[in-house]
Amino acid sequence: MKYLDEYRDGRIARALAAETAGVTTRPWVLMEICGGQTHTIMRYGLDELLPSNIELVHGPGCPVCVTPLETIDKAIALALRPEVTLVSYGDMLRVPGSTSDLLRAKAQGADVRIAYSPIEAVKIAKANPDRKIVFLAIGFETTAPANAMAAWQAKRDGLKNFSMLVSHVLVPPAIRALLATRENRVQGFIAPGHVCTVMGYQEYESLVRDFAIPIVVGGFEPVDLLEAILMLVRQLERGEACVENQYVRSVSYQGNLPAQQILKDVFEIADQKWRGIGSIPHSGLRLRPEYAAHDADRIYDLALITADEPAECISAQVLQGLRKPTDCPAFAIRCTPENPLGAPMVSAEGACAAYYHYRRHAVAS
Amino acid sequence: MCLAIPGKVLMAEEQNGLRVGRVQFGGIVRSVRLDFVPEAGVGDYVMVHVGFAISQVDESEAERTYELLREMGALEAELPPAEGSTP
Repeated sequence: MKYLDEYRDGRIARALAAETAGVTTRPWVLMEICGGQTHTIMRYGLDELLPSNIELVHGPGCPVCVTPLETIDKAIALALRPEVTLVSYGDMLRVPGSTSDLLRAKAQGADVRIAYSPIEAVKIAKANPDRKIVFLAIGFETTAPANAMAAWQAKRDGLKNFSMLVSHVLVPPAIRALLATRENRVQGFIAPGHVCTVMGYQEYESLVRDFAIPIVVGGFEPVDLLEAILMLVRQLERGEACVENQYVRSVSYQGNLPAQQILKDVFEIADQKWRGIGSIPHSGLRLRPEYAAHDADRIYDLALITADEPAECISAQVLQGLRKPTDCPAFAIRCTPENPLGAPMVSAEGACAAYYHYRRHAVAS
Repeated sequence: MCLAIPGKVLMAEEQNGLRVGRVQFGGIVRSVRLDFVPEAGVGDYVMVHVGFAISQVDESEAERTYELLREMGALEAELPPAEGSTP
């Protein structure tokens, strides 16, 4: 545990922050995409350790937060059908739909179950042939191969009572969309380490080329993030823009090829709506036609309900890094993890929840 | 949701065309799918996300990451449940 002790006394962290201060001559705005990284930054106060002219803004990398309202509404409608058992990752249960959430549906008698892995949903389907099992398959590229494997197994084993309601999002098209907006302030990105563990980082080359913006693949520990930030600042100060990999212990250039193969076999790329952001071309995955028998969107006649977010919720700007959670008048007053107005306050990875847990007292004082 | 927990592979085998293993996380052992890390064998360390290993890492890195996740209180939500527990 030598390394951990080194971190606990903060020596490496302070040295990295000092080195960053030493090379920084101008203000820079950097974005971490992943909500897990946002939480590390807030929990360990990494933003406060860095020179004041480095601004960290938080990206849309919280799958629960960007799952469209319509998908939540569809999941609730399915869960309320007497023949359906809806299986979901636990994070989704308290995310507000337009009028309810899955936890409330469960309280009304819906059969809603929490699974840690999509394979549990397949097992529930096998054990309950008289029930129709719908798995709410959400997530980024990190989670998509596991969800793909569930569909693949269901098809292979001829499971007629297993389907998936799919809402998968992809990181590179989202970065492209953020960079293309007129309001964009971000000058460098920390790419998410576990998304890149699966996908590698070759996809980021074209973003660097098209937008002349540095991208560094970063891990999830405080020292990982400080090192990734230093690598970004070094590139920016030198006027360079390339893709670098800080998280070498898990990420390779080409990524995990068996995981990518199952993704290709089961899913195809599609336009995808992101909650709070809108539709982004080619930024999602849907089941291939060969998997139609396991596609809840095709099997069930799901009326599309469109609804607006609460007017007071600024999650759209928060998810795009345009505003901080603490800029919201409802923050920690009318919007709390117990009583959320928007998804980023619900999820353990949402930026609003991170500020609520680690910063609300600082804001209040 | 994109967190991954490091663990040590104690057993790896083919079951009905799937690659399944037993992986140790600190003091507990869980069933984990190893389909995406075909080269990982007994004694190797893997990063596990929603019940699937997504990469192989070295031992010292794995231990360091595990301790940090424990310190952050992030383990509970990410660890596979024990077999037989009702989901």
